[in-house]
Amino acid sequence: MFENLDLTKLIFGRLTWDAIPFHDPIILATFAVVAVGGVAMLAALTRYKLWGYLWTEWFTSIDHKKIGIMYIILGLVMLLRGFADAIMMRLQQAMAFGDNMGYLPPDHYDQIFTAHGVIMIFFVAMPLVTGIMNYLIPLQIGTRDVAFPFLNNFSFWMTAGGAVLMMMSLFVGEFAKTGWLAYPPLSGILQSPGVGVDYYIWSLQIAGVGTLLSGINLLVTIVKMRAPGMSLMKMPVFTWTSLCTNVLIVAAFPVLTAVLGMLTLDRYLGTAFFTNDMGGNAMMYVNLIWIWGHPEVYILILPVFGIFSEIVATYSRKPLFGYTSMVYATVVITVLSYLVWLHHFFTMGSGASVNSFFGITTMIISIPTGAKIFNWLFTMFRGRIKFDVPMLWTVGFMVTFVIGGMTGVLLAVPPVDFVLHNSLFLIAHFHNVIIGGVLFGLFAGITYWFPKATGYKLDEFWGKMSFWFWLIGFYFAFMPLYVLGLMGVTRRVSHFEDQSLQIWFQIAAFGAVLIAVGIAAFAIQLIVSFRRREALVDETGDPWDGRTLEWSTSSPPPPYNFAFTPRVHDLDAWWQMKQHGFKRPESGFIPIHMPKGTWAGIVLSAISVACGFALIWHMWLAAAVTFVALIGTAIYHTFNYDRDYYIPAEEVERIEAERTKVLANV
Amino acid sequence: MQIFKYLRGVSLTLLVAALLSGCDAVVMSPSGDVAVQQRDLLVWSTILMLLVIVPVIVLTLWFAWRYRASNTEATYKPDWTHSTVLELVIWAVPLLIIIALGAMTWVYTHKLDPYRPLDRIDASTPVPADLEPLTVEVVALDWKWLFIYPEQGIATVNELAAPVDHPIRFKITASTMMNSFFIPAMAGQIYAMAGMETKLHGVINEPGVYQGFSANYSGAGYSHMKFQFHGLSEADFQAWVDKNKASGNTLSRDVYKELEVPSIKDPVKRYASVDPTLYHAILNRCVDPGTVCMEDMMYHSGHGKQDADSAEGHDAHAGHDAHGGHHE
Repeated sequence: MFENLDLTKLIFGRLTWDAIPFHDPIILATFAVVAVGGVAMLAALTRYKLWGYLWTEWFTSIDHKKIGIMYIILGLVMLLRGFADAIMMRLQQAMAFGDNMGYLPPDHYDQIFTAHGVIMIFFVAMPLVTGIMNYLIPLQIGTRDVAFPFLNNFSFWMTAGGAVLMMMSLFVGEFAKTGWLAYPPLSGILQSPGVGVDYYIWSLQIAGVGTLLSGINLLVTIVKMRAPGMSLMKMPVFTWTSLCTNVLIVAAFPVLTAVLGMLTLDRYLGTAFFTNDMGGNAMMYVNLIWIWGHPEVYILILPVFGIFSEIVATYSRKPLFGYTSMVYATVVITVLSYLVWLHHFFTMGSGASVNSFFGITTMIISIPTGAKIFNWLFTMFRGRIKFDVPMLWTVGFMVTFVIGGMTGVLLAVPPVDFVLHNSLFLIAHFHNVIIGGVLFGLFAGITYWFPKATGYKLDEFWGKMSFWFWLIGFYFAFMPLYVLGLMGVTRRVSHFEDQSLQIWFQIAAFGAVLIAVGIAAFAIQLIVSFRRREALVDETGDPWDGRTLEWSTSSPPPPYNFAFTPRVHDLDAWWQMKQHGFKRPESGFIPIHMPKGTWAGIVLSAISVACGFALIWHMWLAAAVTFVALIGTAIYHTFNYDRDYYIPAEEVERIEAERTKVLANV
Repeated sequence: MQIFKYLRGVSLTLLVAALLSGCDAVVMSPSGDVAVQQRDLLVWSTILMLLVIVPVIVLTLWFAWRYRASNTEATYKPDWTHSTVLELVIWAVPLLIIIALGAMTWVYTHKLDPYRPLDRIDASTPVPADLEPLTVEVVALDWKWLFIYPEQGIATVNELAAPVDHPIRFKITASTMMNSFFIPAMAGQIYAMAGMETKLHGVINEPGVYQGFSANYSGAGYSHMKFQFHGLSEADFQAWVDKNKASGNTLSRDVYKELEVPSIKDPVKRYASVDPTLYHAILNRCVDPGTVCMEDMMYHSGHGKQDADSAEGHDAHAGHDAHGGHHE
């Protein structure tokens, strides 16, 4: 067998110069911009000698607050890429009518809508949600870090590694042309022999490791590390919804790993799980991927429900109405989210009874969801509502989300779904709930907790600009899609004959431009706020007169979060402490035991990316070497016993005394 | 600013209403009885849900306006967090609506089950006892549609025709990719999958030319995977059959192998005669001479074979033919 050994092939696999898309001016221009920007950034980092700072204070940090912020930065950066894809699609569909084929060939268009979906779900929504959970959960439950601090750093880097691998596909090779869930047989080796689906598989598998481990980590943190006195029914609502989300992550993501694993075996080793022939069955893939996929929707939306609950109570200056029913509604949604997956493919031909069952379970989810909406409504009722930016997002969400909920229940009626499935009505529906729900909530949450993380508030004017452009842009971009769906237009089409549709696509494209302005306004808001940080400074640590424990710390909190673990007596612990004239302890500090930063997370992730890249390109030698290196490094890291340190009592005393001084001047 | 939002909400609703009544939204004004019933169900479900959605939107905007911090005249109850009556109402109202909608869903999902033979031609006409449905065998190829008429012995590519007010029974499969067979004016869609057969019953009530297409993304040629569906009078349908017969082409297995090769934007093709075993061979993935049909493979390894057509209603679902050992 060795006489056939081709050294070039062994090293480079199927990677050749042809893999670099020199022929595509759009990609080349993008590459030029990215390269120039990247080099400029690297030069700036070197010029200002920031490498050491970044490495010790951020990349290797196991502080949950810094990891949370890194997740959020990752999500925001990837939002730009995902949105660039979105606006390219909108432009193509607004142009490509009749003789005009648009500016994107199907080959490129198909990659774009696949990348858009994958990026927005896995590398925008997930990191943003995980980032906010990471930042807040320990603060809300009165603890110093998550249960497994190193694992947290490792999880972040694996997610980032997945994103890096996914971005590589833009310039080296191609991305999948299969749609964001890569249904076989289209994603099988016969129909998609290129590297696109392999990029898809390995970037999701690497990121999936991070998501699953972070789910376990946060779950254990909430269950085991709450401050004394914080029983389950005294947990802040955001912590509750995060608990449910992490239960869902732990139960659902292994299914994704397994189903992608089977697809990998089909593609690499010639097994026949999902093939047309040899007894494979693509319907199994569709079922399995949605058994992960539907809970995934709730993984994204539940924490956001928690964010809105915190915001609506704070800005209405009232406790949340119906806390108990809110908690039960969350738990009911968690359980039901596993019983609805089939509604994503009523049209696959399951019987009427099976379809009805899944249709009705889907509708039942709208009952607890409706109860939540009413709870927010009655929290506002007889309140004193301050319309700061987070509250604007909340009201915008409540109005927008119920419309998306309604169209969702419509799609849950199987005979109605038969005429609307895979149509632009469906696209409008899920953007209605993902933008109107998840994204609005994330922006609300980022604005709300920004002063906690940075020590200064976000600029109001640009925040409002961002909100209004997003809100109005959303309606312009997606209401036409509902109409188009009713006109029988399906998703993922790159060219149309019927000229009467064009006006709707043009309105939608205009909406996308408004959203672009909204994103730009958000970016400007960050810059303006940074420059005005002296004026926007929050010295109290509690700029909104908050209700939960994170507001009892300084902004930003010290590395140890709480000098003394707080004692919790009631729901809305911090509000109660304020009501009862809580006095900060100013002496008697003791040394605080803290975990130490480590290089292992980023290094393991880098090796994983290299291994994934090698597997994608069939570079078997490199794949074997990196795989061994991965295992070896992981084992080597277990011998690192230098994992913790103490913050001396004097240091704690110094930090706390400083805060006492600042508070005295407020 | 709340006022603006309120106005926007109202104008938006009006806009959408105007659009739906005005423009030719095929889903809202279909020409086949099944699609008409699906449209009615869509409208009624929407109305039912608006019963709760509209009050929620109005209350949200109203409360936001009324209890704004600057309005010191409004009641402020900083400790009010619970009301048993209200909580009962906010769980009960959605529950009642979902019970109604759930019941409707159960009934109509069974009634409009695509596998169920039609029992009416339109709202006022039951299917006459002696009227046999027209059978069409549909094969989704990459990226074109093959229609085989076993009773007429003809076949077409990218053109479908049927007499008006005559129930049609579609048997649907695919060569490789998963597609979805959809004529919005006639009835809802159903997936077309290789090695499996799905079914769809429909009827077209008005003569005309309707759009049909794949509603499930299937790769490079997907955007152009379209066909025209002609609703014809009985006489015109006969003439259409004759036109196909006059083409003189034969769809043998060899011709099918050429046809099956992926291609985009194929013109309409007509075949005067069809190998009668072709559809069965496509479904069982044994068009190539010498390949064992899936059905026979299953017969040896499974529990025996049932004829799909003998099993009425719900047991004849996707995968049935491909999975010979299907019971109940």
